[in-house]
Amino acid sequence: IDLSSQVVRTVVSLKVENNGPDSASEILLPFPEHVAKNLAFLEASVSEGKGKTKGSSDSLPIKVVNPEGMPATLSWYSVALPKELGKGGNLNLEVKAVYSHILRPFPEKITQADIQLVAFQDGAHYLSPYAVKVQSLTVKLPEPKVESYTKLGNTKFSGSEIKYGPYENLPPFSYSPIVVHYVSNNPFAVARNLVREIEISHWGNVQITENYDLVHAGAEIKGEFSRLDYQTRPHVRGASAFRNLLAKLPPRAHSIYYRDEIGNISTSNVYSDSAKTLLEIEPRYPMFGGWRTAFTIGYGLPLRDFLFQSEGKRFLNISFGCPMSDVVVENLTVKIVLPEGSNDISVSVPFPVKQSQETKFSHLDMVGRPVIVLEKINSVPEHNQYFQVYYRFSNISLLTEPLMLIFGFFLFFVACVIYTHADLTISKSSASYLAKLQWDEVQSTIQQFQSIMNRSLIVHDKLEASLRDLSRTGDVQACKAARKAADTLLKELAKEVKPLLSFLQSSSQAAQIFPKVEELVAKERELQEKLMLKHSTVVDAYEKKSSGGRDIENRVASVQQKITLLRQEVDDLLEIIDEI
Amino acid sequence: MVATKMEKPAADLLTSPGVSSLFKSLKLKTKQQELLIRVAILCLVYVLAFITRLFSVLRYESMIHEFDPYFNYRVTQYLTRNGFYEFWNWFDSESWYPLGRIVGGTLYPGLMVTAAFIYWTLRFLSFAVHIREVCVLTAPFFASNTTIVAYFFGKELWDSGAGLVAAVLIAICPGYISRSVAGSYDNEGVAIFALLLTFYLFVKAVNTGSLAWALASAFGYFYMVSAWGGYVFIINLIPLYVIVLLIRFVGFQHVQSGEHMAAMGVFFLMQLPPIVAYMKAGIGRREWLLPVQINLLSGFLVVSLFASLPCLLKNFSEVSHSVINMPSISTLVQVFYFLDWVKFLLNDPKKFHTFLRITVTSAVALGAIALGVGTASGFISPWTGRFYSLLDPTYAKDHIPIIASVSEHQPTAWSSFMFDFHILLFLFPAGLYFCFKRLSDATIFIVMYGLTSMYFAGVMVRLILVATPAVCLISAIAVSATIKNLTQLVRAKSKPAPVGSGKGTTSTKAPSKGYYGKVLAGFILVWSQKLVSEFSAKPLKLDLENGFNGLLTSPFVGKINTKQVNEDRSISEKNENTSINMDNKGSLDQSPPFQKNGAIALLFGAFFLLSRYVIHCTWVTSEAYSSPSIVLAARGAHGNRVIFDDYREAYFWLRQNTPPDAKVMSWWDYGYQITAMGNRTVIVDNNTWNNTHIATVGRAMSSYEDEAYEIMRSLDVDYVLVVFGGVTGYSSDDINKFLWMVRIGGGVFPVIKEPDYLVNGEYRVDKGAAPKMLNCLMYKLSYYRFGELTTEYGKPPGYDRARGVEIGNKDIKLEHLEEAFTTSNWIRKMIHRGSIHRSGLGMAARKTTGDTTQEAFDFKQLLNQDGWSNLLQFALHYNCNATTNFCGVLL
Repeated sequence: IDLSSQVVRTVVSLKVENNGPDSASEILLPFPEHVAKNLAFLEASVSEGKGKTKGSSDSLPIKVVNPEGMPATLSWYSVALPKELGKGGNLNLEVKAVYSHILRPFPEKITQADIQLVAFQDGAHYLSPYAVKVQSLTVKLPEPKVESYTKLGNTKFSGSEIKYGPYENLPPFSYSPIVVHYVSNNPFAVARNLVREIEISHWGNVQITENYDLVHAGAEIKGEFSRLDYQTRPHVRGASAFRNLLAKLPPRAHSIYYRDEIGNISTSNVYSDSAKTLLEIEPRYPMFGGWRTAFTIGYGLPLRDFLFQSEGKRFLNISFGCPMSDVVVENLTVKIVLPEGSNDISVSVPFPVKQSQETKFSHLDMVGRPVIVLEKINSVPEHNQYFQVYYRFSNISLLTEPLMLIFGFFLFFVACVIYTHADLTISKSSASYLAKLQWDEVQSTIQQFQSIMNRSLIVHDKLEASLRDLSRTGDVQACKAARKAADTLLKELAKEVKPLLSFLQSSSQAAQIFPKVEELVAKERELQEKLMLKHSTVVDAYEKKSSGGRDIENRVASVQQKITLLRQEVDDLLEIIDEI
Repeated sequence: MVATKMEKPAADLLTSPGVSSLFKSLKLKTKQQELLIRVAILCLVYVLAFITRLFSVLRYESMIHEFDPYFNYRVTQYLTRNGFYEFWNWFDSESWYPLGRIVGGTLYPGLMVTAAFIYWTLRFLSFAVHIREVCVLTAPFFASNTTIVAYFFGKELWDSGAGLVAAVLIAICPGYISRSVAGSYDNEGVAIFALLLTFYLFVKAVNTGSLAWALASAFGYFYMVSAWGGYVFIINLIPLYVIVLLIRFVGFQHVQSGEHMAAMGVFFLMQLPPIVAYMKAGIGRREWLLPVQINLLSGFLVVSLFASLPCLLKNFSEVSHSVINMPSISTLVQVFYFLDWVKFLLNDPKKFHTFLRITVTSAVALGAIALGVGTASGFISPWTGRFYSLLDPTYAKDHIPIIASVSEHQPTAWSSFMFDFHILLFLFPAGLYFCFKRLSDATIFIVMYGLTSMYFAGVMVRLILVATPAVCLISAIAVSATIKNLTQLVRAKSKPAPVGSGKGTTSTKAPSKGYYGKVLAGFILVWSQKLVSEFSAKPLKLDLENGFNGLLTSPFVGKINTKQVNEDRSISEKNENTSINMDNKGSLDQSPPFQKNGAIALLFGAFFLLSRYVIHCTWVTSEAYSSPSIVLAARGAHGNRVIFDDYREAYFWLRQNTPPDAKVMSWWDYGYQITAMGNRTVIVDNNTWNNTHIATVGRAMSSYEDEAYEIMRSLDVDYVLVVFGGVTGYSSDDINKFLWMVRIGGGVFPVIKEPDYLVNGEYRVDKGAAPKMLNCLMYKLSYYRFGELTTEYGKPPGYDRARGVEIGNKDIKLEHLEEAFTTSNWIRKMIHRGSIHRSGLGMAARKTTGDTTQEAFDFKQLLNQDGWSNLLQFALHYNCNATTNFCGVLL
């Protein structure tokens, strides 16, 4: 019997011999009622060979039976043997049982400075419906400190072990109670509820969220809690409290968080290597007996480590229990959230669990994700075994959600486009609507007008350029031709302007702009005239070759100045109109 | 819209021949570019406004800050869990024990309903978000929306350039950020959005005369009323604005135009709901009001329906404020109309004057009598203290300690203006100048808004928040207008080159069209001009002044800095001759030389200033406004980050390890947090509606233990929570707040006298402290067993690090209470936390200690920063921390 933690582990090595005439195919294991209800885990296996290579063999199937003629105050389990045991045959069996909640703190309430004492009750003799030839019992304690223990014949206390026996030739159902009252300052961390949610995302992540509802189930604290005492000598004035818990997570765990209802808890550490990730968490306050806390840890795991494929089905292979080695879980709920659209789901768990199914809605779900709910009462670290969930899932459904998003945004943009292009005016005949229409028309007219003006300005530029060419080459004819071309162009433009002007004049909306437009037209005409004047003067001068360049310049200087001025004004006007 | 309008002509032009079409299409492109840039900038501002508020989430975690937001968060949780009707009828028995609180009827539900609505929407769109995330991010989200509203408001007031600048300025203005960082889930977060939206829609309605905008503005106001007590500001500002318009135009033609009627009409209607609500309150007593009410209602059913809802929610004293404040001004407006009508009827000035005299006299007399009777009979409740203190800043200090005890109700110091506005403080008057220069209905409105809110901001620190949008908008006008002027200057200079003008115009036009300059660059002030001129060579200086005085901003200069300008003037006068000569000689449009260079230099100066503003804002946000105040962080000896999480440690202990029906007594500051995080019933909390109850707690804290025990027993108290910072040096603990407890307790119970706790008017906790002080409950709880603790090396045991003294009473024995829990913090030698639990009756006191070093930490940070204003900021920041803290009284 191993009492070194809050769970009691018993390992029974049996050498079974069939003395009877018939061959036996099963062995009965009885447990007293009060122990049986705390029995969390039971496993029997055949230890082959000479006892050293045991454990590797498969565990034998165990079922609850109710054999006739046996005392009803006992709970019976039956182990089916791998092969029938004939007369005189024998077999080495190993039965491992784990109990939780059978250690009783005594006294039940202690002060901050007291150490925690617990009592353990059991029989010194192995309880069995069969006759026992030789039996011995070893009780392992966490510390070599014992308050008291039952002394029977052949009892030996050494170190942190108490030995009873060996006893020989015990009849069936022999019983000899013992009580061990000893010091145990181990954390009695009990999770009243633990909900583990394992969510599979086929984008490459397995997200695990664990909600703990934790209590220190040891002796309750009474009286004051003095921080000062606890701070100065934490191991003396707070021996029964535990400060931290260690969770052993799979390797490559990432995005680890540790928080509770009111936010992040900053006291945690992560150590990781290639074989595991260790998460050390510290509750917000030291946990004394009877104090409770609640928190959530979460982490992500790479999908490829846990999801495999076989025979066209996918299966998830992940551990069942709580990752903390010294926490007993009273109600463990494991929820496996499969991706939306999974079907053909089956589960294989190595021990009996209660199974049900529900649906969860997460991001962008239409029909919800199938959730397998597995419930297990009284879970101990031994339950931390791998289990499998098989399901079918097509890769195409992976794309539904991004496509939905894309489609959503597409619709949004389409709606925007429609909104900007559609005319949503209710009353098409209202004054303001008509005014707006008219205003649009005026605007487009003005744009045309502006373009014409700019074109004529470009013509002006061409004229100037032809003058420069003239001064360089002296080609009077070409210059004249340029003037002619420009002249016709300008006339055409003037013709184009006329309808626009008359429209603007007639439109009431343009009343504000029209004076400017008119001014611009006038200025432009003036500019045009001056330019022509300058052009003809210069050309004339060249034709006559009467005077030098300086003379020409002098003659056009006054015109030139006016042109510059006008040009400036025209530009300004254009800009003003543009701004309107 | 703009883009689509332009497309058609563009297509036309492309078909037309020649270079001109190319030119034209190029030009169109710049316009489209401008639109594109504007939209891009708005989007960037939208995103950045959100991101800049996330410092606390990144540094700490996604959590709710401060005190009030915890209540809001709790209410939102309740709302999302139980639905709207349950929320409406919620009677909260967890606070104000044994009185309880009718939550649904005593809060502004706007924020919670908004958050719940966002939450439900996201849920509907199947996004599995947690309500906490929604609550944490609500304020930044609304801040982003505010920037968009600011853009449109600026556009409505001035031009789109000003709108853009306003959006940028308000996105990062510390005055606004302080109340809208992620996690500060408070009413102001959405209220500023609602405020600005209402004002924008109102101005839009005034400008367009459209009934639709007016209605929208009424809805905006409805939202505002449902979100924050600050709506009183709107309801008073708008009638005031109308009055100013009336005075300005001395006559009624202007305001009688349909535009104004449409905009104002809705707001006049808005007065009715409060009246109706008020009457409904009085119906029980005064049945005769009923017909009047029905008459009033008949025309305005629709409007009153939506508007009366929020008012009904409010306690009726608030309603009566609106009735008194707002209508008193706006009915005046109606009187104007009435008089006008009478004048029209009577036709005879003499008769009219007689009529006027009689009616005015009788109206005044009637009003006075009604007011007197109403007040005396208690029918009209008097103004609350906070309103008095708005008009007279010293009022609260003398009469209502509970208001004065809150640091955010203190008059504002200059340093905090500087801290929260930075360059906007200087830009504000400049912007006012521009507004006055181009007076329109809209600019009058913003000027009124700016001036009144600035006054209120000066009276109370927290009202800086209300002034911020106005300051940003007005400053944006200043920035935009100045930069526009400068860019014009730069452009004008490049034009005079007469030859090759075709190309010249194209190249110069492009920059002039867009607002790039405006957006990128910033702003110019007189002192920047001074700065530039000081650094530049003398001729340039002369020239600058010339250019400015002559062409641009001379009146502006004159307004801001007369002295400087006078000097300038003399110089420029000297130069005038030369420039005139120059003009005559050269071409007419030749500007003074170096003008362009000067303008460019000033643009750079503006750019520099604006970037300083950005740097300042970011720094302030990250250092001062992004701390959750629940969790404190400091640097350890090795530069590592040390987190002090004692508050939550204590609350979580309460939540997990006390009986679910335990009652916790603490000072009211922690009430909301205890109910939200500890999930336990409290005696008083931050909704300070019952002064007597708070005074009882104050009295208990300041009495001897046995007297306090009796009080606590009568209040059924199981646990007492005390915050103590003596171990870590956390200065905003209960010992530092203790004098307020004494004052507030003494205000109701004359047994408690402030002088008993002082020695020669001095507040001490060491050996020289008053005997009553050394033995009162607060002292005993705080320093229980503290005398055995060595807090600092080289100091005697019992050395209080928060106050820097050795405590006076080291041997404290508790008779009735016992320590139940004390939080821990092992990093420094620390915290002793006591909790006290009385055998038999189950009384317990518990003290948590926050911890600090925060102050020291801040100071170091500040010293590292350059600049004079930082020291001032520290002073401010320290003040905020030290006096007391943020309480969450609704305005």
